[in-house]
Amino acid sequence: MSAVAGTHAQDDHHHGPAKGITRWLLTTNHKDIGSMYLIFSFTMFLLGGAMAMVIRAELFQPGLQIVEPEFFNQMTTMHGLIMVFGAVMPAFVGLANWMIPLMVGAPDMALPRMNNWSFWLLPCAFLILVSTLFMEGGAPNFGWTFYAPLSTTYGPPSTTFFIFAVHIMGVSSIMGAINVIATILNMRAPGMTLMKMPLFVWTWLITAFLLIAVMPVLAGVVTMMLMDINFGTSFFDASGGGDPVLFQHVFWFFGHPEVYIMILPAFGAVSHIIPAFSRKRLFGYASMVYAVGAIALLSFVVWAHHMFTVGIPIAGQLFFMYATMLIAVPTGVKVFNWVATMFRGSLTFEAPMLFAVAFVILFTIGGFSGLMLAIAPADFQYHDTYFVVAHFHYVLVPGAIFGIFASAYFWLPKWTGHMYDETLAKTHFWLSFVGMNLAFFPMHFLGLAGMPRRIPDYALQFADFNMVSSIGAFMFGATQILFLVIVVKCVRGGEKASAKPWDGAEGLEWTVPSPAPYHTFATPPEVK
Amino acid sequence: MRVHAKRAGVLLGGLMAPALSMADWTLNMSPGVTGTSNDIFSLHMTILWICVVIGIVVFGVMFWSIFAHRKSPGRKPANFHENTLVEILWTIIPLIILVVMAIPATATLVDMYDTTEADIDIKVTGYQWRWKYDYIDEEFGYFSTMSTSKDEIYNRTRKSENYLLDVDNPMVVPVGAKVRLLLTANDVIHSWWVPAFGIKKDAIPGFINETWTRVDEPGIYRGQCTELCGKDHGFMPVVVKAVPQDEYDAWVAEQKEAAQRERELTQKDWTMEELMERGEKAYATACASCHQADGSGAPPAFPALKGSQIALEDMDAHLDVVVNGVSGTAMQAFGDQLSEVDLAAVITYERNAWGNNTGEMITPKEVFEYKNQE
Amino acid sequence: MAENQTYYVPEQSKWPIVATVGLGVTLYGTASIMVNSNQGESTTASWVMFIIGAVIMTYMLFGWFGAVIKESRSGLYSPQMDRSFRWGMSWFIFSEVMFFAAFFGALFYTRVFALPWLGGEGDRGSSNMLWEGFQATWPLINTPNPEAYPPPEGTIGPWGLPLINTILLVTSSFTVTVAHHALKEDNRKKVKTWLTATIALALIFVCVQGYEYVHAYQDLNLTLESGIYGSTFFMLTGFHGAHVILGTLMLTIMLIRIHKGHFTGDNHFGFEASAWYWHFVDVVWLGLFVFVYVI
Repeated sequence: MSAVAGTHAQDDHHHGPAKGITRWLLTTNHKDIGSMYLIFSFTMFLLGGAMAMVIRAELFQPGLQIVEPEFFNQMTTMHGLIMVFGAVMPAFVGLANWMIPLMVGAPDMALPRMNNWSFWLLPCAFLILVSTLFMEGGAPNFGWTFYAPLSTTYGPPSTTFFIFAVHIMGVSSIMGAINVIATILNMRAPGMTLMKMPLFVWTWLITAFLLIAVMPVLAGVVTMMLMDINFGTSFFDASGGGDPVLFQHVFWFFGHPEVYIMILPAFGAVSHIIPAFSRKRLFGYASMVYAVGAIALLSFVVWAHHMFTVGIPIAGQLFFMYATMLIAVPTGVKVFNWVATMFRGSLTFEAPMLFAVAFVILFTIGGFSGLMLAIAPADFQYHDTYFVVAHFHYVLVPGAIFGIFASAYFWLPKWTGHMYDETLAKTHFWLSFVGMNLAFFPMHFLGLAGMPRRIPDYALQFADFNMVSSIGAFMFGATQILFLVIVVKCVRGGEKASAKPWDGAEGLEWTVPSPAPYHTFATPPEVK
Repeated sequence: MRVHAKRAGVLLGGLMAPALSMADWTLNMSPGVTGTSNDIFSLHMTILWICVVIGIVVFGVMFWSIFAHRKSPGRKPANFHENTLVEILWTIIPLIILVVMAIPATATLVDMYDTTEADIDIKVTGYQWRWKYDYIDEEFGYFSTMSTSKDEIYNRTRKSENYLLDVDNPMVVPVGAKVRLLLTANDVIHSWWVPAFGIKKDAIPGFINETWTRVDEPGIYRGQCTELCGKDHGFMPVVVKAVPQDEYDAWVAEQKEAAQRERELTQKDWTMEELMERGEKAYATACASCHQADGSGAPPAFPALKGSQIALEDMDAHLDVVVNGVSGTAMQAFGDQLSEVDLAAVITYERNAWGNNTGEMITPKEVFEYKNQE
Repeated sequence: MAENQTYYVPEQSKWPIVATVGLGVTLYGTASIMVNSNQGESTTASWVMFIIGAVIMTYMLFGWFGAVIKESRSGLYSPQMDRSFRWGMSWFIFSEVMFFAAFFGALFYTRVFALPWLGGEGDRGSSNMLWEGFQATWPLINTPNPEAYPPPEGTIGPWGLPLINTILLVTSSFTVTVAHHALKEDNRKKVKTWLTATIALALIFVCVQGYEYVHAYQDLNLTLESGIYGSTFFMLTGFHGAHVILGTLMLTIMLIRIHKGHFTGDNHFGFEASAWYWHFVDVVWLGLFVFVYVI
């Protein structure tokens, strides 16, 4: 039997991609699926970004000019949902699809057909989600955190569609995560022990675990919403003995690990990029792994720090405050290790390195404001103000998004076989960097001065910084078109990339030619 | 970064200054006027400076590398890549800093949670989209609605100094007294925040959260709702007036008298014109934010009243909807929110305004009887 | 089979895209049914959509699993592939555990925190001001607002039908294990007997549970609408029941495959996965029995 299987499988590996649309619809190839994830993610990034532009345009000046409050709320909600579930998460899954098999020396993902299903569910889910914009009563308008009872008793009719869209996203994420775990645990090249795995693989292993642990909880909480809306249960209604705050507990039990799901793979990617451009091994590999593990475990016991003002008993308040402060320790370790890696290296600053260095600096600023938010009494002043908006945009934009850009530039030569246009890429970086800081730094001041989040109009003392912030946002938004240009240009042609275009880079992915052949590692490589 | 953003801001602000003469460039939290808010402010400044110092050290080392350790001919990178002692040090030292930070934070939190021995109890209820203040011991209460006009919001007239931060009836507290606030909500979750007091607490339907404040300086303090509560979330400010004790006592006496007068009005014989006049005002504060001033609504969540079945046909059904609300929809029960006079006036107004010329009216007495027979 | 056999990467497959269309159409149809019936509009078109989706899903399930079975039986899978399936199934079951955890968490929270607060105890006890006369008890035989959520007249005690159900499920976990051991020994007759017994026990369980639901709705006024007790009771037992039905289906398909001569003593992961799933369903029931019925 094995002889038959052997020849059959051998045949497969000499195939190139199929022609036409079926290549993408029916594919089982991790590289094709990775590319589709990345393209989908960027499309969603532009869509969510367009909504952010609407928000910032309305907030350009005090008074209502462009949209009505109802529509404004739909924009903030959809912007959040699309960026979290449509842009950031799929981008990392796309990177995982492309890179994990290459990094561990596997022929493909462990379960290739399921992999394709995970991807195609996403366009399906977002088709449903975006279609709610055109439904009677409008799209979800209760914020991406959809607190009950605003999202249940008082939600628009489209909420039910939103719930099913979330279910589909959940199915997609869970299957994607199962695939990642099975690939990492089962398909590593001989000799690659766990503690020899590249950090991107490590961070994704832990991310996948988080996904499988919390996406079902999200499914659970939206199911409770569905029942409250359509079948008369009273999970979130005190008159039946439920509690609106129950929603928040279950939601944030998902939500906090979700935050790390959106940042851990970026930690991993940056831990490859900084050593590569410092031409020096990563400092403290083992402590990096332990730190990620610690962050992931702690993420399960800190959820109520999003809810300091809901009236949690003081013992709970103190527990969640201390646990949250603890997260600063492993996060600090990671930052110190990156800096130590750069120290006395031999540094150059190509686009991936620029994004990675900006990642470390700006993510750390986001970490600082996170530490401030962890202090429960102080949080009474920060909570639900623009200080929080500044905080999470600092960890998500220069954190997750810059991490994704850094990864994209780092691996584009491997994907396309061409070098990207370095000048354009550096322009992309500097415009993004300036635009992003201009957009989000003033939000700290606005929050401290007392501007609540999620308001379509504001008092006059907030006018100046809002205008600055809007200008920065327009600048950041427009700059992203440049990224599209750079990638298209790189796919179409350019200087040929060698198998290892970055002299300091290390890892199995650089041992295969650029562009990576359609099938790689049909025979597993040996790792010393 | 901060200087950078500020400079850019000043430059841009300078260009657009004429239109925005009211604006300022406040960078930091205000210390506020209560013990709590001062404690929070000092916590905030301590942690901020700790972060700044750590930032300077870490980014200092990083920028040193960026400038001094660039690739240049003959430059060999070092090859150290682990050091257990260093790892332990940079785990332990942050831990110690955090412990030092946690001690004052804990003390402040314990103090904030101590709602015992209050002098006054005020029940604060969030509605879509206004606040109600009930002075429990004195048995009166009233709504506090934003008084900024639509014209200001839609840029048809000049915005006033306290744009979006002004209300018709502010909450009034005496200086120096410990005021306990019992926060709840009627519909969705709201959050009551006055930055100058260092108080923010969610108002949750069906539950009561307690918090307290003691204001020592007389003055007017402004805040906003800080939990997304629907379309007019940005338009339900909180205004608190702190006055000396004797002024407060006089105000309470006046309020109690007014409440008594309101109850007497129920028994008065009202004419159509009087009801229509009062109804227009009551409609503007209680109904217009959803059903619009011209009764056109915003379907499907907020149906039109102009020419609607409910306003033109059966009076009892109309009364029932206004008094008891419609469960499962955004239509609230106004029976406890409005006085009998206002209920009668609103219903009469809705049945006769905007071309709904039914000619029918309902008196406060009839409303009173309807509510009591239930 | 040799350990160094090449990992099987399947050719292009239509099943994922069929599954996507199927799931999307089914769920869009389901949502339309709910929204339209809430608004009092016709649901015919939505039902048609739902049925089309369900048909596509059924076609996909037969086709996809059929393909996998065919590949497995023609020996394309290596032991490494087998481990991928094992990891996949284990983590899928873990995700199911977390789904139930959300509902158990909700039950825990309402009983330990929310209800005592509403009843006037603890940190947020002043909430009782809003619900005069409400007392927190469990089972919750009065609700804070009985007009909106008419409370149940009684609840289902643990030592009657639920105890019988517990015995049924625990026994079925035992019988499926016996069947599994028999399969390992390639004693196919014994497998058929014990697997049939397992399915029979499962079906009796489902019937008993169905009877209990009818009793609750008709005699006790214990419904989804009767406050948080009814909500948690029906959501936990209901989702468990749905999983029992799914598990039974899986075991039935295994029985059919055994009859068709599938599986060998050392290659029967499909069977094993169904057995794992069945044990998981059993363990959830034990949790339910303790936390929903007994305590």
